Amino acid sequence: MFMNMYAFMGAVEQGFVYGIMVLGVYLTFRVLDFPDLTVDGSLPLGASVSAVAVGYGIDPFFSCFLAMGAGFLAGMVTAVLNTKLKILHLLASILTMIALYSINIRIMGGPNVSLLGKDIVIDPLINAGIPGYLAAPIIFGIISVAVTGMIIWFLHTEFGLCMQAAGNNPRMIISQGVNTHFVIITGVGLSNALVALSGALVAQNQGASDVNMGVGTIVAGLASVIVGETVFGNHSVVRACIAALGGSIIYRLTIALALGLKWGKFSFTPSDLNLITALLVIAALTAPKIKAKLMPKRL
Amino acid sequence: MINLKNLTKYFHQGSVNQVLALNDLSLNVDDGDFITVIGSNGAGKSTLLNCIAGSFFPDKGKILLKEQDITTWAEYRRAAFVGRVFQDPLLGTCAELSIEQNMALAAKRGAKRGLGRGVRSKDRSRFSQALKPLGLGLEDRLKDSVGLLSGGQRQALTMLMATIVRPEILLLDEHTAALDPKTAHQILDLTRNMVKEHKFTTLMVTHNMHHALNLGNRLIMLHRGQIILDISDEEKKSYTVEDLVARFYEIQGEEFSSDRILLA
Repeated sequence: MFMNMYAFMGAVEQGFVYGIMVLGVYLTFRVLDFPDLTVDGSLPLGASVSAVAVGYGIDPFFSCFLAMGAGFLAGMVTAVLNTKLKILHLLASILTMIALYSINIRIMGGPNVSLLGKDIVIDPLINAGIPGYLAAPIIFGIISVAVTGMIIWFLHTEFGLCMQAAGNNPRMIISQGVNTHFVIITGVGLSNALVALSGALVAQNQGASDVNMGVGTIVAGLASVIVGETVFGNHSVVRACIAALGGSIIYRLTIALALGLKWGKFSFTPSDLNLITALLVIAALTAPKIKAKLMPKRL
Repeated sequence: MINLKNLTKYFHQGSVNQVLALNDLSLNVDDGDFITVIGSNGAGKSTLLNCIAGSFFPDKGKILLKEQDITTWAEYRRAAFVGRVFQDPLLGTCAELSIEQNMALAAKRGAKRGLGRGVRSKDRSRFSQALKPLGLGLEDRLKDSVGLLSGGQRQALTMLMATIVRPEILLLDEHTAALDPKTAHQILDLTRNMVKEHKFTTLMVTHNMHHALNLGNRLIMLHRGQIILDISDEEKKSYTVEDLVARFYEIQGEEFSSDRILLA
């Protein structure tokens, strides 16, 4: 056994909870073709808003909606900077991201807020007698699968089709009478609302919100999207959305697996996480090419 | 119907590369007009179409649609009454979406788009009805991704999408130029039949003088951003390709060789 049950369930739980963030990253990077780094700021934004709200005695589920609202606004700012003020999308998102660092500290009144002893979303299951290591994956699994279903539904609505087309062929969709600025602003907003929801749940699960918890979100998100596409394919929107969530779980399992490895005296430390992520993405990106070379399609 | 008043459009204004693309150009398009537009490269043909569609705004002048001033309307807003087919067959359709999804997007041109289902089952029968006359078998491939279609098939689909909601004006920008001769011929026939049947008001840019003379009821020739020839009906019917060339020399009195106009 490479990992025990607890480690395995922990990784699955992380895969689900960060999977919501990965869906957000999928919406911007893949659907809208809008590389958005805001997520490194909107994840802790969601965490901060939720943590502070729960601190005020607000229902933990309702605090998640507040977090999503805040995330939506953050995404809108990035998209408005890009569409209306004509700032390059990458730069616009970096500007929002660094601004959010200050804003998150303002919201929390300090660099972090503890949630110890506060009501959180998994409490109903804990109170029902389900052990914590199962309760979290169950709750987060339900939420992330529901969110995946909603995104699949959304992308097949009239407006969702416009969003797909806006990323794929903006000239065409403008000539069909769609205001692409509105679509981008809504889409990037929605993406960051998901990332903030993910952040809110992560904070509740960890028992604290921290201003630095968003560092590397975009890398993890992209890695998960790419790993998911390699494993599950992306031939349809349904498949791509499932791949985003599945990719997130595989990514977290791989990380957990790598951190548990031991060769003699050598073992990875948590600070090796970025190196492992980079290697994983390289492997996912090159795997299809290597496969094609080793097994050429027969004509 | 559409009145263009004294349109002037510069590119790279103020730099050494300054180009005067439209030079005080005025044009009245009547309801039901099918105008073919010819002219050498850089004459301003595409600029004219782009100005009408709103892809960019003229530096001077006005664009009126049914007496309403739409000069400053954004492109997506004008799309409510403009049907467009581009030269590049890849531009008019969305490769990642299916045929029915593309058609659903076009069927909502100018309308609000909400959270209802993108493609409804009653749309499907309507779409396959519309696709049947093309004779390309697309009616049985509604769920196929458009990326799987050939350039000609995509251009035929674009024609259908541009007209599925009746456009006040149909803008065709060399829409057969990037196709092989046989496919180009099919798309041209499709254009002729569609415009004839539905009496769309149409502007068609072409480099082929035969097409320019054989199609439509009116022909305009552009040169350096101005209309240097405007013939219609009987006068147009009596024109030959040789007449057009002679007319061009007469008006311009300069070299007429270094361009893509097909004299064959």
